[in-house]
Amino acid sequence: MDSATKKYTIGALVANKSGVLTRISGLFSRRGYNIESLTVCATEDPDVSRMTIILIGDEYMLYQMIRQMDKLEDVKKIGCANELDCVYRELLLAKVGATAEVRSQITMINDVYKAKVVDLSIDTMVLELTGDPEKLDAYLKVIEPFGILEMQRTGVTVLARGRHTLKDRDCYGDHVN
Amino acid sequence: MKTPDRANDIEGDNTMKMKGADILINGLLEQGVDTIFGYPGGTVLDIYDALYRNGKIHHILTAHEQGAAHAADGYARVTGKVGVCFATSGPGATNLVTGIATAYMDSVPMVAITGNVGLNMLGRDSFQEVDIAGITMPITKHNFIVKDVKELAETIRRAFYIASSGRKGPVLVDILKNVQIAECDYEPEKPLPAKQITIDEKRLDQAAKLINDSKKPLIIAGGGVVASRAFDELKALSEKLDAPVTYTLMGKGALADNDARNLGMLGMHGTVAAARALIASDCLIALGTRFSDRVALNRELFANGKTVIHVDVDNAEFNKNVPVTLTVLADVKQCLKSLTPKLDEKKSDWMKQAKEADGKKDAIANVRAYDILKTAAELAPDDSPLITDVGQHQMWAAQQYPMNKPALFCSSGGLGTMGYGMGAAIGAAFGTGKLCVLVTGDGCFNMNMNELSTAVTEGIPLVILLMNNGVLGMVRQWQKIFYQRRFSQTTLHKKTDYIKFAESFGAKGILLDKDDDVRAKLKEAFDYAKDTCSPVLVDCRISCDDNVLPMIKPGATYETQLKKMEEN
Repeated sequence: MDSATKKYTIGALVANKSGVLTRISGLFSRRGYNIESLTVCATEDPDVSRMTIILIGDEYMLYQMIRQMDKLEDVKKIGCANELDCVYRELLLAKVGATAEVRSQITMINDVYKAKVVDLSIDTMVLELTGDPEKLDAYLKVIEPFGILEMQRTGVTVLARGRHTLKDRDCYGDHVN
Repeated sequence: MKTPDRANDIEGDNTMKMKGADILINGLLEQGVDTIFGYPGGTVLDIYDALYRNGKIHHILTAHEQGAAHAADGYARVTGKVGVCFATSGPGATNLVTGIATAYMDSVPMVAITGNVGLNMLGRDSFQEVDIAGITMPITKHNFIVKDVKELAETIRRAFYIASSGRKGPVLVDILKNVQIAECDYEPEKPLPAKQITIDEKRLDQAAKLINDSKKPLIIAGGGVVASRAFDELKALSEKLDAPVTYTLMGKGALADNDARNLGMLGMHGTVAAARALIASDCLIALGTRFSDRVALNRELFANGKTVIHVDVDNAEFNKNVPVTLTVLADVKQCLKSLTPKLDEKKSDWMKQAKEADGKKDAIANVRAYDILKTAAELAPDDSPLITDVGQHQMWAAQQYPMNKPALFCSSGGLGTMGYGMGAAIGAAFGTGKLCVLVTGDGCFNMNMNELSTAVTEGIPLVILLMNNGVLGMVRQWQKIFYQRRFSQTTLHKKTDYIKFAESFGAKGILLDKDDDVRAKLKEAFDYAKDTCSPVLVDCRISCDDNVLPMIKPGATYETQLKKMEEN
């Protein structure tokens, strides 16, 4: 990341129907932008899905993406999450090679990070951790030496603190300048 | 030319049960559609049957689906209405793609209707099955696959609403075969009015202050002025400010070319006067333009140090290519209606100064195409649409063919689609009912010359000025400048006799050789088109060494505008 690039979190409420994900990912790929992380899920409204997209880039890229997404028929609401005013969470599942000798070391690490053991076999453990993405990164570094057989992260989910909701927020209509 | 039956009356008032195909036709009538360009096939048989039984919509059968898409585009540009085209699934649908992309790049309202295989055949690589919705996703404002007949009527309404709202553009509706056959209740509805944007008053005041504080404002009229039909408002603005106006290719005709304040086109092949005014100006009033690379050239230095006010209907265009001082999200017409009264009347030497530079354009060497175009413009009726293909002839026409009436200029600006002209000319002819002039080159004409048969069948009064130089002139010009005259694959070596070609299609062909009298030959062509209501092709022989000048190299600044050829 050079000095102008930052990590931006874009939240969007979109129509819950087929093809919407393709439309949105197409907007990124045709500009040569990469989606760092993507979470899509159903919401309290069955017609609406919620997307959280992490974009690494500069302000120009952020504004272009938000405005281009805002033009899509299937995008209902869109906004960029403000780091300070939001809660970020991600879930990690990691399967590590762990024979009896090292189990206690891993559980000790788990105590510090508040991770859980959700499966145990003779020579493996499946570990679960929820937290903000940076916490997951840090935890992964510590358990890596034990040998990660496979792992999965859910991608980031974000909600604003307090009464604010993405639904109530006006579309990104207030253009700069 | 046959006049389409004007049929805005909707069959019946109450709910009735009908087949999907009939719902589609009635849905189109709801929107006031009276003209469709298309080509039938297996998966649209029911739609064509409904069209036949209904009998109220005039359908123009083109030679190729691409011609139909370009015709719908030309029709939309001259009428301001939504152009409609039909195609069958598979190759029919993919043949529309270039036409849809052309309309998308130039923000032309269009609804393309395609058939597709039935739901039980979908996804099985059935005969003539293609995912046209997937293919057209990046070149449409939106597209739909209709899988349930109950959604059909509402989808058609949405499609027209989206195509004609905000920044206009193409919408594709893919209707599965089973939906066309299935029956459901249908009740006609009035079309939704297009979405209105509320203008931020504060920004209008800021814009007024910036303009009032400026000494040398230059108005840049883009395609948005034409799309919002803000012709009178543009003229009023230039008069009140006594400010010069320049236009992008898409904005040609927004202000009459014979208007005293019009400096001509801006951009890579724009006029000397426009370039000089741009350099000297202190404030740019950019109306409905997106600062494309063919206009901005060097996007960092284009507006260097100037105040720039950007009025556009599309929020995503702001600061996309050129950084600006103030943005106003608005339809150009609505914006100017409120903005112009807030402006102080100006009178200064600025307009005179800008216009004087105009007189110096004789520095550009004359080419034969200029004489042909200027003479054609004199012979053509005032309300004749001008359609161009893409390349040298397009730029010569943009520079030298005066458009003194608005919304009659059709040219593929954004996509630069060679082969656009023939189809678009057919569409423009049906949109206006007037004699049309098509300026094309021998490269472009060979791409879609099949549509001459459509023009003959439909009895279209069309004068085709085929600028025949035996080469792909614009590419060749770039090979001269940037590739040391290595003319790789730009010499056409065709043995085509265009006169015989025209005659074999049932049109007239006239040879305008290098020594022939331009006026006499062109008069013969225009008289023939008018008197017989049919197309005439003029094979205009021009030199393969003529160049489009002035020219600013890609990425260069306006200060480096070339008035003479510079070869490496």
